[in-house]
Amino acid sequence: MSSAAPSIAVELRDVRKSFGKTEIIRGASLAVNAGERVAIIGPNGAGKSTLFNLISGRFGPTSGEIRLRDERIDGKPPYEIARRGLARSFQVSNLFTRLSVFENVRCAVLYAMGYRYAFWRFLADLKDANERAEAVIAMIKLDRRRDHLAMNLTYAEQRALEIGITIAGGADVILLDEPTAGMSRSETARFVELIREVTVGKTLLTVEHDMGVVFGLADKIAVLVYGEVIAFDKPDAVRANARVQEAYLGSVLAQGH
Amino acid sequence: MAATSEHLTRRDWILWIAFALVLIAAPLLWRSSFAQTLLSQIGIAIIACLAYNILLGQGGMLSFGHAVYSGLGSFIAIHALNLASKGQLAIPVSLLPLVGGLAGLFFAAVLGYVTTKKSGTTFAMITLGIGELVASMSLMIPEFFGGEGGVSGNRVFGKPVLGITFGPQIQIYYLIAVYCFVSTAAMYALTRTPLGRMLNAVRDNPERVEFVGYSTQHVRYLAFMISGFFAGIAGGLGALNFEIVTAEVVGAARSGAYLLFVFLGGATFFFGPILGAVLLVIALVLLSELTKAWLLYLGIVFLIMVMYAPGGLASLIMMNLRVAVFGKLNRLWRHYIPLVIAGLIALAGAAAMIEMVYQLQLNEALGPQMLFLGLPLDASGVAAWAGAVAVLAVGVGLFERLRRGFGREWNRIQEEIAAEIARREAAA
Repeated sequence: MSSAAPSIAVELRDVRKSFGKTEIIRGASLAVNAGERVAIIGPNGAGKSTLFNLISGRFGPTSGEIRLRDERIDGKPPYEIARRGLARSFQVSNLFTRLSVFENVRCAVLYAMGYRYAFWRFLADLKDANERAEAVIAMIKLDRRRDHLAMNLTYAEQRALEIGITIAGGADVILLDEPTAGMSRSETARFVELIREVTVGKTLLTVEHDMGVVFGLADKIAVLVYGEVIAFDKPDAVRANARVQEAYLGSVLAQGH
Repeated sequence: MAATSEHLTRRDWILWIAFALVLIAAPLLWRSSFAQTLLSQIGIAIIACLAYNILLGQGGMLSFGHAVYSGLGSFIAIHALNLASKGQLAIPVSLLPLVGGLAGLFFAAVLGYVTTKKSGTTFAMITLGIGELVASMSLMIPEFFGGEGGVSGNRVFGKPVLGITFGPQIQIYYLIAVYCFVSTAAMYALTRTPLGRMLNAVRDNPERVEFVGYSTQHVRYLAFMISGFFAGIAGGLGALNFEIVTAEVVGAARSGAYLLFVFLGGATFFFGPILGAVLLVIALVLLSELTKAWLLYLGIVFLIMVMYAPGGLASLIMMNLRVAVFGKLNRLWRHYIPLVIAGLIALAGAAAMIEMVYQLQLNEALGPQMLFLGLPLDASGVAAWAGAVAVLAVGVGLFERLRRGFGREWNRIQEEIAAEIARREAAA
């Protein structure tokens, strides 16, 4: 691939998803360049979380193509997609509740570091995996809570661990689903800093409602309205976009197909 | 909290050495042939219960049909024994349990492939179905399962090696003890490997596991096969120990016993199933001798444990150990002793009534006169029933009163411990 044209990390081509008779994603197309930070915004029910679920393999799309770099991943199970270097976080913290913080993070590095289903090696001897897990815990600033069970953490700590599990495996495409949801202002500010740190050099897609976070973090913004990407551009251009303003003024219904 | 080392600590080593010593010394201290039979069965049950707990406790898989794997291991082992004693198969007796293990592994690989495609309720249903399937096949294929009489064998054949014939029970016991120790160590080791940890992760949150690169189905399948292997070893040892294998070893009652006693022992701790195995043999061998109503008592105990101590015996021990570590256990003793006495009074009342019902219903020919704890009772008389009800009422009343006092003290102690931990963390 030439260095002049940026390579595409994630691409959606006319992706559709129906649940029963209801079509939630209606021909969404999007091409995210490697290394870009993209925020996906849109009104409630626009299909943002569904879009994440399609990309990460939780559901398969009804039609259309999803590519990770040059490879089609639509319809593949989540673990196949994760092994190809795409990791995601969840809107509601999705942790290994009865395992410690350290164990949570280590579970997320094992496969990526090649230990897979090994039952002939002791965890204690996996120096690189243990060091990586410790490093991630330090990065998300949970080192003092290392040996606590995930279920006993505070809300903000659980959100941090959620991010830790997501980035631990070293995936280069990161999807964060409302990482700052439910946090106070000061917590949010700190958290945005954290997200910026842990995603340096990576491709980031994030669903976010807090416009401060969106404009502070994103290189580009994708606006999803009724299952379609109606705008995908630099923040200033999106802010000025008439269609986006219209959508947010509540006249979304009128322009539906 | 200090970073926990993952290598075996000195305390771990002491525990393992103690376990080995107990296995070696038990039949020397307790020399009757009955004791040897009992200990042999306990050794086998420990392997079977630990194998079952790979599914239940480690992986969150509720199986209603694990006797299939120990039982088929038994059958294959006894057939191998018979071939070997006829000289058609060159294998020493000491390796026959491994044949059982490989059989368990093989059947777990075949049947488990279907079973572990699903989790949760569906998994439980499939295990139940496969259990019934194999149990019914045991009646349809008498050539393999031996029909009503089962398959018998003789473990003494060929020339003795170093004077060991495996004829005497004590020699079989030590064979079982060696397998028990090695299997226990191997299953413990499994909990400290990548697969073992991911199995816990699958138990806690199967969805997230898929997003960190693991196929939950594959994790469950591998664990199922490993569990089947160790269950098969237990089955093979059982075949050698009893020298007869009947269809009941693959039956639902056996599967149910694994579940019940692993739960009673405590599925959340590695050593819980070991306690469960001891209870299993005591209940099956001793309690069933003591009273015809033993299954009823077992059911009541199970109900009480599910409701009040879902972590089983192991978690009760660990909770008290925690209190002891903080030096507060002496405050509980003066509650425990009266509680136990009140509990025994209530039990005596309840047991008297249960035994009277059994006397009237099952021992009709013997009439209503019976002995209960050395006390002559007339099961058809009002006095005996009124007495039993009174004893039960007194016991329950006392227990309830004492329990409240104990509950308050327990909560106070837990709060004190929590406060102390917080203090230590702040100081660190």
